[in-house]
Amino acid sequence: MKEAIELGLMALVLSDMALLGIGLLSTCIRIVAFQGVLLGLFSVAVNWGFLTPRVWILAAVSGLLKGVVYPLLLRRAVSDAGVQREIEPYVGPIPSVLAGIALFGASVWIGGRLPLTGAAEAGSRLIVSASLMTLLTGLFLVAARKKALTQTLGYIVFENGIFAFGVASVGEIPALVELGILLDAFVAVFVMGIAMYHINREFDHLDADRLNALKG
Amino acid sequence: MIPVLAAFAVLLASGVTPRLFRPDSGFGRRVGPAGVVIAAALTLIPACRVLAGRTPIREAWPWPMPFGSFAFHLDPLAAFFLVPIVVLSALSAWYGPDYFGGHDPGRAGRSWLPFNALVGGMIGVCLADNALFFLLAWETMALSSFFLVAFDHREEGVRRAAFIYLVAAHVGTAFLLPMFLSFANAAGTADFAAFSGSLSGPAASAAFVLAVIGFGAKAGFVPLHVWLPDAHPAAPSHVSALMSGVMLKTGLYGLIRTLTFLGVPNAWWGWTLIAVGAVSALIGVLFAMAQRDLKRLLAYSSVENVGIICLSLGVATVGRAAGLRPVAFLGFAAALVHTVNHAAFKGTLFLAAGSAVRAAATREMDRLGGLSRRMPFTAAVFLAGSLAASGLPPFSGFFGEFLLLSGLWRGVTEADPSTAVSMAGAASVLALVFGLSLIVYVKAFGVSFLGSPRSDAGSDAVESPASMTVPMAALAAFCVLGGLAWAALFRAVIPAAAGVFGPVPLAETADTSEWLWKIAAVSGLLVLAAGCVALLRLRRGRPAVRSSVTWGCGYGPATARMQYTGSSFVQPATELFGFVLGTRKNVRPPAGYFPAGRRFETETPDMSREKLYRPLLAAVSRLFSRIRAIQEGRLQVYVAYMVLTLLTLLLWMLR
Repeated sequence: MKEAIELGLMALVLSDMALLGIGLLSTCIRIVAFQGVLLGLFSVAVNWGFLTPRVWILAAVSGLLKGVVYPLLLRRAVSDAGVQREIEPYVGPIPSVLAGIALFGASVWIGGRLPLTGAAEAGSRLIVSASLMTLLTGLFLVAARKKALTQTLGYIVFENGIFAFGVASVGEIPALVELGILLDAFVAVFVMGIAMYHINREFDHLDADRLNALKG
Repeated sequence: MIPVLAAFAVLLASGVTPRLFRPDSGFGRRVGPAGVVIAAALTLIPACRVLAGRTPIREAWPWPMPFGSFAFHLDPLAAFFLVPIVVLSALSAWYGPDYFGGHDPGRAGRSWLPFNALVGGMIGVCLADNALFFLLAWETMALSSFFLVAFDHREEGVRRAAFIYLVAAHVGTAFLLPMFLSFANAAGTADFAAFSGSLSGPAASAAFVLAVIGFGAKAGFVPLHVWLPDAHPAAPSHVSALMSGVMLKTGLYGLIRTLTFLGVPNAWWGWTLIAVGAVSALIGVLFAMAQRDLKRLLAYSSVENVGIICLSLGVATVGRAAGLRPVAFLGFAAALVHTVNHAAFKGTLFLAAGSAVRAAATREMDRLGGLSRRMPFTAAVFLAGSLAASGLPPFSGFFGEFLLLSGLWRGVTEADPSTAVSMAGAASVLALVFGLSLIVYVKAFGVSFLGSPRSDAGSDAVESPASMTVPMAALAAFCVLGGLAWAALFRAVIPAAAGVFGPVPLAETADTSEWLWKIAAVSGLLVLAAGCVALLRLRRGRPAVRSSVTWGCGYGPATARMQYTGSSFVQPATELFGFVLGTRKNVRPPAGYFPAGRRFETETPDMSREKLYRPLLAAVSRLFSRIRAIQEGRLQVYVAYMVLTLLTLLLWMLR
């Protein structure tokens, strides 16, 4: 199972890199959906050997939400709001990928220093690094992209990172916490969808940078 | 404790009910106050039993909060504060529904939730035996009273007053938290039972200073009183009565409770309290004198009376530190007696003022006047409250002041010379305060109720309904019959005092209560004589009044505007103390033979707000406006700040 987990982790890191480098909105949504499915499989793989119905249900729910429901909602937001297809970054694709490499370096270093026993049991220390990388990528996306929609995307990636970290560090136990976070994210997508819709209606664009009208 | 728990349940249920049903129906408007009355009755049972000499009650239930437990402790001290709190709450609640009258009945009905929460919070503060529970009750009290102050939130001034109150309340709590933490840290638990004697030396002094600031912000010590003159006029009158009459006292209760934890006090603590009290009393009474708004005047008078209580506590502390038990006892007894008296007379005054303000639709004393003809009952009640508040002998307010002055006198005669001189100084400040408070209340009563009406609303005023006058009358009765009451009630003060400053010398209490009985006898005779005279006059009937034109000295009709106004009545005194008051005058005297325009305006803004808080807050605001440099206005940049901070912290932690 260890090989499969490591393979999954590599895929997770690569998908983060892809998110940083790709400029097309619909592709980004697809990658985030892929991450969601991956994380669903991931929670099964980590608990391999003592699979309870609860693990299956948790994995199925999270995979379904992150892999199917969010992408659908986001797509609908894109078509409803008539957003352009480009992501309009503040930081271009090449610098973003370079920043991603730096973030990965930092994640590996932190992963080496964090005293987590759960990670070792789950098979690989890489799991901490990969989840940190996903978390930081999410934050980077929130900070470096112009549109409110890409920020939602960044938020979901950030949440994926937290999920992976939770699976890595404690395994099955924090199920309730996880479900709580999932619910938060669900509400967040919902609210942000509505908010974006309103922003679009009121100001005719979805750029969060116009918020500087509120600057004191 | 069962009755108290039941009282909490009743308060909660009756507070929530108007929201579930129609708050504007007759039931919705009355269920809240009815709940307060029932809860008050329930709480009175154990409180009176403890005051009558039963053993104090101490009970605790676990609470899954770290360091928390629902620990109750009903000792004589708590009971002594609890009784005025619940009695005044019940009377104010009784008065409330008709005070609101037609005033947006839905909102009035909903306002009972914060009102009942305020009553519950005050009961909780008195009974809490655990720091966390205490703070929970304390915050419930602060927040619910904030909502009550903000009742008329459609007015700009009310919103500002409520906001200042909220900030002041939380600044106070910010000082209480470290104090309780230091106690809990030293004792190893947050239960009050373990607090006594846990701190000593500088740590105890630090806790004392924190308590004076933290509880002083609630009680209204100068210069922490700034919220008071704004919040009291802004709130509905029965809420002002409750806040001024008893909510301020919870601050004093907290301070006294803290003193019990600190063991034998240092002398300088007492001197601090005396100084703070003297300044508060003097500033309070001077500013009360200069006010034009009736409720604001009463608010400043509360600052004065809280100052007197604080000074009494200071005398008690100095006496305890110097080992002068009679001084300690008399000072402490004065504090307790004056606490109850102030609750009674300030409750009376605010309720009567509310009745007058409601009828005449203004709080400006210079637009009131002549109400005693139209609202004789309200006027009589206000007069009774004023007499008690001025501390004139047969009325209740006199007794606290008598005990305090006799305590100071014992200090002057028995203490070492330097202490004696300072105590004599404190006594002379008090004498000045008492004299000035007489001016304040002559002004308040005379300008608002005597003379002839200054506005149309005033001349059309009608007496308030019985549901408002009955609670006023109950409080006024205590103000008038206070002399008899205190002689009989004095026994209840002794165990409360013993709980704080150790056993009380028997000879002292016997002596004092003998004095009180003597005064009571004389005042009883006086009241009786006055009653007889009044009865005789009533039987003889009113003398016939004939109205005709008088010899006018050449000037025509006298108008209501020719009466003394509030400002002109106190002008000699305000001129004398102009250096403290800083009254601003805007005068344009008539000029020429046919003067066209003239105006005269005075305004007395709060000194500490003008001289202390405004510059301080301006400096803070200047300092923090520098941070604007990094305000970008773009969401992305704020997120980047957060990411960088988190990453730096993480890397630094793992370094």
